[in-house]
Amino acid sequence: MDLNEYVGLFLDESMEHLQAINTSLLDFEQRMDDEAVIDQIFRSAHTLKGMAGTMGYDAIADLTHEMESALDLVRSKKQPATAELIDVLFVAAEQLETMVEDISRGGKGKLDVAETVNRLKRFIQPNDVQTATVVPEVAQQNFECDVYSKAVVQQSIAAGYQAYVLSIELSADVILKAARVYMVFDRLQSLGDVILSNPTSDDLEQEHFDTSFEILFVTQSEQKTIQEAVETVSEVANVTIVPFETMPEAEVAISTLQPEPATVDVPKTETSVNETLDTTAPVASKTIRVNLERIDRLMNLFEEFIIDRGRLERIAAEVSSPELTDTVERIKRGTNELQSLVLTLRMMPIEQVFNRFPRMVRSVSKDVGKHIKLHITGAETELDRTVIDEIGDPLVHLIRNAIDHGIENKADRILAGKPVEGNLSLRAYHSGNRVFIEIEDDGAGINHERVTRIAIEKGLITEEEATQLTIEEASMLLFAPGFSTAETVTDLSGRGVGLDVVKSKIESLGGEVFVETRRGEGTIFRISLPLTLSIISAMLVELGTETYAIPLTAIIETTSLRSSSILQAHREKVFDFRGQLVPLISLNEVYGLPQHDADAYSVVVVRSGEKLAGLVVSELIGQQEIVMKPLGSYLEGIRAISGATILGDGQVALIIDSNALLRK
Amino acid sequence: MEQKWVVFQLEENSYGIDVQSVRSIERLIPITRIPNAASFVKGVINLRGVVTPVIDLRARLGFEMIEETEETRIIIATLEHGDAGFIVDRANEVVESSDVRIEPLSEQKQEDASYLTAVAKGEHQLFSLIEPNRLFEDIVHA
Repeated sequence: MDLNEYVGLFLDESMEHLQAINTSLLDFEQRMDDEAVIDQIFRSAHTLKGMAGTMGYDAIADLTHEMESALDLVRSKKQPATAELIDVLFVAAEQLETMVEDISRGGKGKLDVAETVNRLKRFIQPNDVQTATVVPEVAQQNFECDVYSKAVVQQSIAAGYQAYVLSIELSADVILKAARVYMVFDRLQSLGDVILSNPTSDDLEQEHFDTSFEILFVTQSEQKTIQEAVETVSEVANVTIVPFETMPEAEVAISTLQPEPATVDVPKTETSVNETLDTTAPVASKTIRVNLERIDRLMNLFEEFIIDRGRLERIAAEVSSPELTDTVERIKRGTNELQSLVLTLRMMPIEQVFNRFPRMVRSVSKDVGKHIKLHITGAETELDRTVIDEIGDPLVHLIRNAIDHGIENKADRILAGKPVEGNLSLRAYHSGNRVFIEIEDDGAGINHERVTRIAIEKGLITEEEATQLTIEEASMLLFAPGFSTAETVTDLSGRGVGLDVVKSKIESLGGEVFVETRRGEGTIFRISLPLTLSIISAMLVELGTETYAIPLTAIIETTSLRSSSILQAHREKVFDFRGQLVPLISLNEVYGLPQHDADAYSVVVVRSGEKLAGLVVSELIGQQEIVMKPLGSYLEGIRAISGATILGDGQVALIIDSNALLRK
Repeated sequence: MEQKWVVFQLEENSYGIDVQSVRSIERLIPITRIPNAASFVKGVINLRGVVTPVIDLRARLGFEMIEETEETRIIIATLEHGDAGFIVDRANEVVESSDVRIEPLSEQKQEDASYLTAVAKGEHQLFSLIEPNRLFEDIVHA
C-alpha cells in the first residue's frame, strides 16, 4: 500500500476545496447574507477538517474546525457576519493554502495558527474565549491527548457517544505494519471516529513504532463489536479496550460548554466521514487520476506511430495498389481521431490557474490602496498541462504589474473623470490553433514617451532608434531586460525582476506576448500560446536539396511571384500583397544556401503578429502533420529554427521559426 | 579499477573514449545540415526517433577533410547536455586498462588540446584519452 497515494489524493481534494473557499469568500464579501455561499464555505471547511483529521494534519483540522463553528453561527442566523469575520476567514484560507502547499512539498503542514484560531473563537464566543481552552487541561485521562481532541471527546460523550482507548498489539513477526494499521483504522472508521492515536498516524504510516499502538476512539457501537472488528484484521495479536476516563471536573465544565453552538459539532464529525465517502465515490466513477508520465509515454509511442504512418503513406503512393491505398487511408482517418483524443488527455482548463487571482487581486489592491474589480472570462479554456504548470508565474507578474502601474490611484482616476473603481479583465479564449490570454486594465495606458526616455537612459536603445519606434514597439521596451518603470519601488513589482522574465518564460512555451495601449483608456497584454506542444500541421518546402517545415499556423497563403513584380525599397526586396508592400525574405540566404535567379518564385506568405513577410522557397512539397522535436540543448539558439521533425523517410527536417525571421 | 576505452582513429592517430560515456557506434546515416552553426557541426541525425546533433571530429580537431569511407563511424556519446555524436575514420577496438599504462600529457600538448586528458601506452599501441564534453562546447556560438 502506498501511503503517498493518499497524500496525493488529500492534496488534490484540499486544493479543490480551498479554491471553492476562496471563490465563495469573495462572493460572501459582496453578499454577506447569501446562505448558499455561506453553506459552500461551511461544507468545504467541514470536508477539509475531516480529511486533515484523518491524515493527522492537526493545524489544518484545528483551523477548519473553528471556521466551521463560526460559519455555523452565521448559517443558523445566531450571529450576523461581520467584516472582521470575513477578514479572518481570508487569513485562515491563506494559512490553509500555505499548509497544503507545505504538504505538497513534502512538509508536515504545520503552521502557527493560534492567533487566527483565537480571532475565530472571539467571534464564536465574544465574551469568554478562555472556557474552551482552560477546561480540558483540568481533565485527567488514561490517554495522552491535546486540548482539541479532548474537547471533541467530551462533546461526543455529552452527545451520547462512548469513548474508548484501544491498545492494539500486532504479532511479533508482522510484515506489513502500515497496511495492518490502515486496516485497523479502516474497520474502526466504519464504527465510529478515531480521534487520536499514539504514536501519531504519521508515525504509524511510516512504521515508526514497535508492534503496539493505542487509539482513542468514539463510537456508539458496543465494546464487543469493536473488539471483533479489530481482532479479525490479520496479524493483530491482541486487542484490549478500556473506557476513556475523564475527571468529573471536566464533565462539569462540559455542561457549561454545551449550550454554546459550537457543541453542535459532534454528530457532524460522524457525518463528515460519511460525507467524504459519499462525495468521493461518484467522482471516482467519472474520472480517474492518471500519472502524467504514463500519458507522456503514450504520447511518445503515438508520435512514433505517426512517423511510421507517414512512411506507410509514402510506400502506398509508390506501390499504388488500390487495396493498400484504401487501408492506409483508413489508418489515417483512425489515427487522426486517435490523435485528437490523445492530445486532449493532456489538456486542462485554465481555471485552476485563474482561480488564485481573485484573492490575489483583492489583497494586492488593498495593499496599494486601490479599488479594483476583477472580471474573469473563459476560465474553462483548455490548455496543455505543461503550459498550465508554467503560465501561472508570468500571469501573476502581469496582473501585479497592471494593479501597480496600470490602474491609477483613486485621486488620479477622479481627476481623469473615471469611476474610482478600476477594472481588470482576465480573459482566455481559443483562436485557430492557439490560445490567447489577455490581461486588460482600464488604467492610464502606457506612457510610451516615458518608456522610450528610460530605455535611452538605460542604454537599451539609441536616440536615433527611439525616433523610429511605433507606439507598440515603444511599449514592448517594457519587456527589455533590465527595464523597470516604477517611480516608487513597491514590494510588488518594480523589484528589478522585470517583465523580460515574463517574456522569456512565455517564449520558452512557444508563445508570444503583445501590448496594446491607449493613453488614458488602458492597456491590454495579450499572450498567445500554442494549443498543443508536439504535433502540428506544417507545409513542407524545399530549399535547394534540403527539406524544411513551416508551421501552418504562421502561413497566410502560398503564391507564385514573377521576378518583374519584385520591388526594391530601402535596400530591401518587397512585393505587393493584397495592396500592401510586404518584405521578401530569401530563405536560401538566411540558411546559407546558394541563391539562384529565376523568372518566377514560389513564395510562402507568413505572419507574426501584425507583420507579414514573403518567404522564397525552391519548391512547395505539401502539407503534412509533423511531430515537433527539440534540437536539444547543444543546438539551442540556432537562428530562425524552432525545432526539427522526422519525415516519413526517416530523415530529419528542420522547422522554420517564422516569428524569429520577422522579428530580426 | 578496471576501465575500458573505445579506441578510434583519425588518420593514423588513435584516441580513446571511456566506454561508460559511449551510447552506441553507428554506421554513417543521412545527416541534416544545421544552418548558421559552427563549421565543424555536421548536422542532426535521426537516432531511433531522437534528433541528435553530430559533429565532424576531423573538422573539430583541425584535420584535413576527406570523403567518408565504408569504415566511417559515428560515435554517440552520452554527455552533460544529452546525447551527441562525432564522426571518426574508424572505430573497431575496445582496450582494457590492464593492457596499457596511463601517462600524463606533455605540457605543450595540454595547452594545444584541452580535450585530451592523458596518454595510454600499451605493448602494441598508443592512444590519447579524450574528454568528449569538451568537444561540444560552443557548438552554436563558436
